[in-house]
Amino acid sequence: MVKLLKSAPPTAIAGMIVLFAVLLTGILAPLVSPYGETQVVGGAYQPWSRAHPLGTDNLGRDMLSRMIYGARNTVGLALLTTGIAFSVGAFLGMFAALRSGWLDEVLSRMVDVLMAVPPLILALMLLAIVGPSIPNMVGVIAVIYVAPVYRLARAAAMNVVGLDFVEAARLRGEGTFRLLRREILPNIGSTLIAEFGVRFCFVFLFIAALSFLGIGIQPPTADWGSMVKENATLITFGDITPLIPAGAIALLTIAINLIVDWMLHRASGLKS
Amino acid sequence: MSRLQKLVLGRLFLGILTLFIVSALMFIGIELLPGDLAQQILGQSATPETVAAFRAELGLDQPPYVRYLDWLGGVFRGDFGTSLASRRSVADLLGTRLANTMFLAVYAAVIAVPIALTLGLLAALWRNTAFDRGVNLGALSAISMPEFFVAYVLILFLSIRFGLFPTLARIDEASSLGDALYRTFLPALTLILVVVAHMMRMTRAAIINVLAAPYIEMARLKGVPRWRIIVRHALPNALAPIVNVVALNLAYLIVGVVVVEVVFSYPGLGQLLVDAVSSRDFPVVQAVGLFFAAVYITLNVLADVISMISNPRLRHGR
Repeated sequence: MVKLLKSAPPTAIAGMIVLFAVLLTGILAPLVSPYGETQVVGGAYQPWSRAHPLGTDNLGRDMLSRMIYGARNTVGLALLTTGIAFSVGAFLGMFAALRSGWLDEVLSRMVDVLMAVPPLILALMLLAIVGPSIPNMVGVIAVIYVAPVYRLARAAAMNVVGLDFVEAARLRGEGTFRLLRREILPNIGSTLIAEFGVRFCFVFLFIAALSFLGIGIQPPTADWGSMVKENATLITFGDITPLIPAGAIALLTIAINLIVDWMLHRASGLKS
Repeated sequence: MSRLQKLVLGRLFLGILTLFIVSALMFIGIELLPGDLAQQILGQSATPETVAAFRAELGLDQPPYVRYLDWLGGVFRGDFGTSLASRRSVADLLGTRLANTMFLAVYAAVIAVPIALTLGLLAALWRNTAFDRGVNLGALSAISMPEFFVAYVLILFLSIRFGLFPTLARIDEASSLGDALYRTFLPALTLILVVVAHMMRMTRAAIINVLAAPYIEMARLKGVPRWRIIVRHALPNALAPIVNVVALNLAYLIVGVVVVEVVFSYPGLGQLLVDAVSSRDFPVVQAVGLFFAAVYITLNVLADVISMISNPRLRHGR
């Protein structure tokens, strides 16, 4: 493990440090934040000071504390959503590859339709129907991102299901679920993990964009996307405070992209 | 019918079929929703009479397929129903906003496409040089940043600090073309930065792919001049992937417009869609969503068809 980390290029190391710092902040949010998530601590739009290092927001809540809780909420929800999309998509994809036949056909055509529509527009249409709320948003985004994961898992599993050891396991009398878990999943795992990083970035940016538009994570929950929206007026006075949550989103996405690039590079076996 | 015609027609048919499924999506979604939609929107305190009246207005007292066919018939006559929020006909609401959105998208595309293609070509030719690495790093950062971050950074520097451009992109019919171009420069620039990054990366990959082919190496080995290799050998084969890249990115542009319009309070379709989703104004969401989906699907079908036509191997039957 140490040897592996030593072989990583500086860009990937920087990415890992940022990712680790954000995760740690998110997990320890109640311990490290000076004030509560929704606690009103003073007047609105106070400038940076010793008591409030990043000032206060449009309702007089401490910006720094909301940034810290935002790490927990935005990243946590993005992880949850990606997790759901991955478990469902990977399961269906592997299942379709193993079973083939009409089930594969039906699932694949449904996925084709899902992928033919721009994700943001599809999400907006679905959210108009179910109404904006956190569980609805997680559900809608998960449904949308099941499609690409399904495609990838199905394509990867297709290469495996025809191999002899799967046939042998099947003849041994192993059930479908055991086949999926013990024979197919271990062989497509590395492909799926690299894809998880890529998809997580998309989902994370997606949640931030929806929250920014006011139809994702709803107030008073702190999250980086809606914090930009709520305090956007400050920018017209030349104050950079609203750019901090937006910058945090960009920083985390770049960090993950750097790590994923390195992982893909390693997996492809290319020498630089 | 030749194999190529069959393929192209099949792709067109699939595109149209997808569009119909998307148009039915909202009707299916409303049907699948647990509980009563009218009750949910009006809240628990609504009287049964109000709920019944609202249900009749939404057409929920009709079976879903009747509602869908009614709506579809209207669409073909240019009637998209009436907005629940403003009581105006949806077609009226769409009119000028549609023109505004197309204006912004075309503005961004006209500038972005040549820049992206040039950068991509140069990065591919000077592969692994400082220029290539610099452009790539810039592109990766631009892709990783949310559009609203790029937009606010531009506002902060170009309009607040240096006062070059207005922060809000308000335009109406009275503004002249020059004035409109000036006012919408910042939203257009935001879109350009994001789209150029995507398009440049894809162009670079497409050209590197072609340059790695054995026949290019053959040409180089027999001493063909460098410019001739690029113009006569590489370009004809790289053209199809590049056209594909342009079409895909224009499709991306159409969607990116939504967030940018909200940042700059630009009176376009994206802003309308977001407002309609928050107030759950179904007829408007349905019409605008369908429009965006239609443009996106058309551009994607176009990209596929062009790459089919430009592939000589498909021109003859086997």
